[in-house]
Amino acid sequence: MVPLAGYLFVSAALFCIGLYGALARRNAVAVLMGIELMLNASVVNLLAFWRYLNPNVSLSGPAFAVFVITLAAAEVAVGLALIIAVYRNRDTVVVDDVDLMKG
Amino acid sequence: MIAIKDQRSKMDWIMEFLTFIVFAGMTLTGAVFMVTLHNLVRSVLAMILAFVGVAGLYLVLEAEFLAAIQVLVYVGAVAVLVLFAIMLTQRVSDPNKPTNNAQAWLAFTVSVAMFGILSWVYAPIKWPALPALPTVNNEPVGSVVNLGQQLLGAYAVPFEVASVVLLVALLGAIILARE
Repeated sequence: MVPLAGYLFVSAALFCIGLYGALARRNAVAVLMGIELMLNASVVNLLAFWRYLNPNVSLSGPAFAVFVITLAAAEVAVGLALIIAVYRNRDTVVVDDVDLMKG
Repeated sequence: MIAIKDQRSKMDWIMEFLTFIVFAGMTLTGAVFMVTLHNLVRSVLAMILAFVGVAGLYLVLEAEFLAAIQVLVYVGAVAVLVLFAIMLTQRVSDPNKPTNNAQAWLAFTVSVAMFGILSWVYAPIKWPALPALPTVNNEPVGSVVNLGQQLLGAYAVPFEVASVVLLVALLGAIILARE
């Protein structure tokens, strides 16, 4: 039997790796990939808490995991469209170079 | 009889633990390679490894439908979409340009501190052991039938809102990416 803490530590590590990717990478696509990793870590947490603390018939964990995955898919579609639009206008996908609104 | 049952359940525990270790290792290896590899296409391949590992974790958590959804949506759709975006926006990355921005060391510190805080919160708590999964109509509670009934019953409003969000995202993506 795997203790709940095992899942929690794996998802915490996954979240922190994704956080590093989102904060440190220069390419906007890589930043988006880091955000996807963080969302995945949150879904692992939702399912692990549902399975270990409250495996109820109303499926609170899996149902909200479905919604998180839906929103992640919507987010990546809009995000990549934005990146392509920025690339068309400014000829770069490096987030440091897109500083038009910097004061 | 009881001894055999005990032995079998012990065997099951060991198998479950080994499966968990394999999938967790796969997830974390893929994630680390994803954020460190310079070539973005390779980075996406590492991301696929991490997503498949997460799908395996869902399987160990007895959420089979979500594991299938994870493979379909992330490995099937998101990875292909990200690959398309990479190919549309740049030549496969120039090895002379740096991968990380100037704040990379700060990002690393923040991430490690975040992990430290989470571990500090999680570690002292005594978590309950794995409870048995209840059944509905002789099927495990996480079955597709039950999930579908719950999504259209108790979670009908969030379900409809999610469908509207998907529609808006679809339209927004088309409008944004159109010339």
